[in-house]
Amino acid sequence: MAFERSIEEINEKIRCGNVVVATAEEILSMAESDGYENTFRKVDVVTTGTFGPMCSTGAFLNFGHSDPPIKMQKVWLNDVPAYTGIAAVDAYIGATELSESRGFEYGGAHVIEDLIADKPVRLRATSYGTDCYPLREIETYINRQMLNQAYIFNPRNAYQNYTVAINTSDRTIYTYMGILYPKMANATYCSAGQLSPLLNDPFYETIGIGTRIFLGGAQGYVAWEGTQHSPSVARNEKGIPIGGAGTLAVIGDIKKMNRRYMRAAVFERYGVSMYVGLGVPIPVINEKIFRNVLVRDEDIQVPVLDYSVGRRKRPALGIVNYKQLRSGSVVIQGREVKTAPISSYKMAREIATELKKWILKGEFFLSNYVQPLPKNQNVKPLEIRDLEDLEVEYEKNR
Amino acid sequence: MKKTAKKAERRQIFRKRVMLTFSQKLVGQPVMYRLIKEYDVAVNILFAKVLPNETGKLVVEFSASDEKRLNKGINFLKSLGVRIEPISKEIVRDEENCIDCGACTSVCRSGALSIDRKSFELVFDQEKCVLCEMCIHACPMKVINISF
Repeated sequence: MAFERSIEEINEKIRCGNVVVATAEEILSMAESDGYENTFRKVDVVTTGTFGPMCSTGAFLNFGHSDPPIKMQKVWLNDVPAYTGIAAVDAYIGATELSESRGFEYGGAHVIEDLIADKPVRLRATSYGTDCYPLREIETYINRQMLNQAYIFNPRNAYQNYTVAINTSDRTIYTYMGILYPKMANATYCSAGQLSPLLNDPFYETIGIGTRIFLGGAQGYVAWEGTQHSPSVARNEKGIPIGGAGTLAVIGDIKKMNRRYMRAAVFERYGVSMYVGLGVPIPVINEKIFRNVLVRDEDIQVPVLDYSVGRRKRPALGIVNYKQLRSGSVVIQGREVKTAPISSYKMAREIATELKKWILKGEFFLSNYVQPLPKNQNVKPLEIRDLEDLEVEYEKNR
Repeated sequence: MKKTAKKAERRQIFRKRVMLTFSQKLVGQPVMYRLIKEYDVAVNILFAKVLPNETGKLVVEFSASDEKRLNKGINFLKSLGVRIEPISKEIVRDEENCIDCGACTSVCRSGALSIDRKSFELVFDQEKCVLCEMCIHACPMKVINISF
């Protein structure tokens, strides 16, 4: 019978202190030096990591009740509006929300980073006043300790692969993929490649709802499929999606996070985003999973898209792989183009290594997912339709 | 050994990095040609923006065998009305807060900023920097600045 190991067995080894863990990078050289079969039998867990800008990030906060109490209707944190159309003193602050006084310089991501850094944050709220919540206005200071709950809930993180951005137009453009010079003078990419969580488990066989992960320097969880989770995109012969595919919605405790792994970012003339440090341990439960974690940068292909075309479907100018991209230049349409990353490979490596340390020290246990992620679905576009079209479409798809 | 010899050799040559601003009128004239030919000053152009009927800008490194010769050349430029500013400013990075993402390397045309292929750390080579300041705009962490 083929060799297998269960997550329960792995956790027992973590408890006993004899678990063997390698990062998704280390496993590659191990398989080369010790051989495929030996490495498979030896390594229990492979850790992954990524540290890139993830706009779909935000946090739920509960401020506690003031005296007299207020039913917050509008709320600002350091002049950044948060959403409080939920219970009286609950709010959600989104990473990309901009400050009303400082604009692009400061946004929701900065508020989250400041909270994690134990800095004071100015809270301002207004209300219409009710019999049970008479106060109409409040201004005070908070930090993460003073909050009842403060947790990250990110609807879409850890994109499985992405795209390469290039600009064929005659003017410089400013995008979430950085500054792109005219006439294909540079190209940017954004993935941890061979270290990236979902590229090491391309069919979501171990990563699912309930999986315990590294999030922002603390232990967090996969909460749901991420928004725009799109496993059905075209895949190469190794099963790696060519372009953005699976995504994760994740949850984690701000009170336990470390600022080093949650960093606010400003992309010139685009806006605010947040670099999120995320790592997922992959239990090597069988040979198929082992084969998957041996993925290398050269196995991961990614389409080059023209970001100067401001349309939903941007023209693809070619397909390259991450080994080529990390070399510093690629050939696109017969021309050599300089390439640069937007996500930090150094930090991705650090996160995978940190997660490995936690497991070795017996501080982090692996979890079975409680529900797998969808394996077969696409992203739907938003069409501009009238009510009649909607009804016809609804009947057709029913 | 080799490195020290190279350094000593460098010391013998007098170098100066300056920013030159030309008026519209001067842009049409072969100023650099005369500086090289008549004053024997080597000119290494690091950054140039010279367009017809516009104020021109050059960042150059002058080198000559002695200071006197170099100053003569600079006086010649001054006599033509070229504005000369010494480059004492430089690009500085707050290393503590840098995340080594590499976004700045994307816009760095001079190759002063790069990601090391092994450590994946950001490397900055001051010598290659032409002070175009694009990295300041590209840095998502806003940790790159210019110091005077």
